[in-house]
Amino acid sequence: MTISDGDLREMYRRMSSIRQFEDTTKDLLLKGELYGAFHTSTGQEASIVGSCMALRIDDHMVGTHRSHGHPIGKGAKLDRLLAELMGKETGVNQGKGGSMHLSDFSVGSLGETSIVGSGFPVATGAALGSKLQGLDRVALCFFGDGASNEGTFHESLNLASIWDLPVIYLCENNGYGELTAASDVMAVEHVAERAAAYRMPSATVDGQDVLAVYEAVGEAVARARAGEGPTLVETLTYRFENHAIGLPIENYRDPAEVEHWRTHRDPLLLFRDQAAQHGLDGAALDVIDAEVTAELTEALDFARSSPVPPPEAAFTHVFTNPIPIAR
Amino acid sequence: MHTVTYLEAVNEALREEMERDPAVFLMGEDVSWNLMGATGGLREQFGFERVRDTPISEAGFVGAGAGAAMVGMRPVVHMLIAPFLYVAFDQIVSIVAKSTYLYGGQSKMPITLMAPMVYNAGNAAQHSDRPYSTLMTIPGLKLVAPATAADAKGLLKAAIRDDDPVICFEDAALWGNKGEVPDGDHVIALGVADVKREGSDVTVVAVSGAVLHALSAAEQLEAEGISVEVVDLRSIVPLDRDAVLTSVAKTGRLVIADPAHEMGSVASEVSAIVAEKGFWSLQAPIVRVTTPHTHIPYSAELERPLYPNPERIMAAVRGLMA
Repeated sequence: MTISDGDLREMYRRMSSIRQFEDTTKDLLLKGELYGAFHTSTGQEASIVGSCMALRIDDHMVGTHRSHGHPIGKGAKLDRLLAELMGKETGVNQGKGGSMHLSDFSVGSLGETSIVGSGFPVATGAALGSKLQGLDRVALCFFGDGASNEGTFHESLNLASIWDLPVIYLCENNGYGELTAASDVMAVEHVAERAAAYRMPSATVDGQDVLAVYEAVGEAVARARAGEGPTLVETLTYRFENHAIGLPIENYRDPAEVEHWRTHRDPLLLFRDQAAQHGLDGAALDVIDAEVTAELTEALDFARSSPVPPPEAAFTHVFTNPIPIAR
Repeated sequence: MHTVTYLEAVNEALREEMERDPAVFLMGEDVSWNLMGATGGLREQFGFERVRDTPISEAGFVGAGAGAAMVGMRPVVHMLIAPFLYVAFDQIVSIVAKSTYLYGGQSKMPITLMAPMVYNAGNAAQHSDRPYSTLMTIPGLKLVAPATAADAKGLLKAAIRDDDPVICFEDAALWGNKGEVPDGDHVIALGVADVKREGSDVTVVAVSGAVLHALSAAEQLEAEGISVEVVDLRSIVPLDRDAVLTSVAKTGRLVIADPAHEMGSVASEVSAIVAEKGFWSLQAPIVRVTTPHTHIPYSAELERPLYPNPERIMAAVRGLMA
């Protein structure tokens, strides 16, 4: 696999953006500046970025409740994402969606959806729409190991397979559905095994290796664009934080296990070794980190100084063609 | 004008909208086989790509319709029968109804769900629901329930052209009824009720199949010297509050005939609107003629009396005039 120096830098930029965005927003949440249920992508950056970088900007992507990282991976700017988390009018969703629904349609982020498993049919339908329109766009559907136990997983993968839809189902298998270990509630070891039931090609890859993810998803995208149908790609990854920030229960994971992943399986640190092999040295990555920090500082100023939505906004966008709402 | 059955009018609407707009496509269980009578000839004319038989996967294909709508298509999803909406309930509530709002208007949701209600037909509790009142409680959905061939055609065409999700509830008891339908592009605006019969003593606001029962009751009551005005809501969301209040202001008496279960029904909502906004017009208490809050039994003798019928509506009207 060949990858340009520019793409390598962009990969790192997006991974660094997710990491710094999450570290910052976690801090803001704990200080009380942000609110609501808060599920971070920290630790899963390579899965997200490797997948998204295999797409074009006009390709569609559907995320989950744990989706701060997905729009960033797809290329969204940080300022309007941060404004959304602050409930501001300038937020990507104009303050209507918050942490679990961050969506930037301008980069093909079609809507992160917080009911586990609810995104499968939507991504499948987006792929159907593209196919009916005669376009070669593909849809990327992020989901977790837990979502693969939902009925919509079965219904959607079957639909995509019988209709040869251009969709990539991307499982970020982080080992836990909320607090319960995947191995306790899944009849197979790997989510990818389930693809066989739909005669769908599949792969299980190291989710901490952004280049491995990029390559596997790239092959799936090529198949989808060629009209050869869907693929299931499972990335083995880990969330460095708790299921939700501030959740008081933590003993469901062995602290040594968490520490192992944080120390030895950090996708940003692993990337530094890979980048060096491609001639991209650590100093160059440090520059990118600093640029991201500067963007985040500006984004924070933008979000903090943005207005809150007017009260009337609670009543807009219920419909595209509005009807009177009694109040 | 031409005369067709209710189902033929639905078929005309589908055919004309698919001819008019290539973004419109139809999917659902057995649509190409015309299992429910409204989709005949469409696959022959438009092919499999646009008339798509689905697996029995309601959540999957309703949600796929939502995804296709979000990227610029105008799917019409046939649910076979209305209670199968429940199987897709999360997709309808969490995705179809909420996406436009949740994403701050970044996308539209121009999807139409066709939901025939087959009740009073010996199908027992699971197959006989009239679930529009359940769906009515969810912001973001538009609901219509036409009672005539002309309204069935005009409202379905409006639904398909609307940029928001619309669920079209057909009343299967009306499928074979013939009616006059205007020629040409017959579209009826959503949210506009229709006074199906003018009268001066009592207003009967009716929903879906109860409209014909109300008209039958009005006919018989005229012989008794009671003048009944029948207001067909046609759309449940948006609900034409003005039409209801205008009629009640004229008659001073209100009966609401609604085949759904009484609790949380359209009848309940209309009652509340009139109690709040039209109270001083009322000369008598509001009466609801609905289905009691019990399940639908199989036995025809048990089932038949549960729904609004002309006799129950007449009794309610007579009670108000006594």
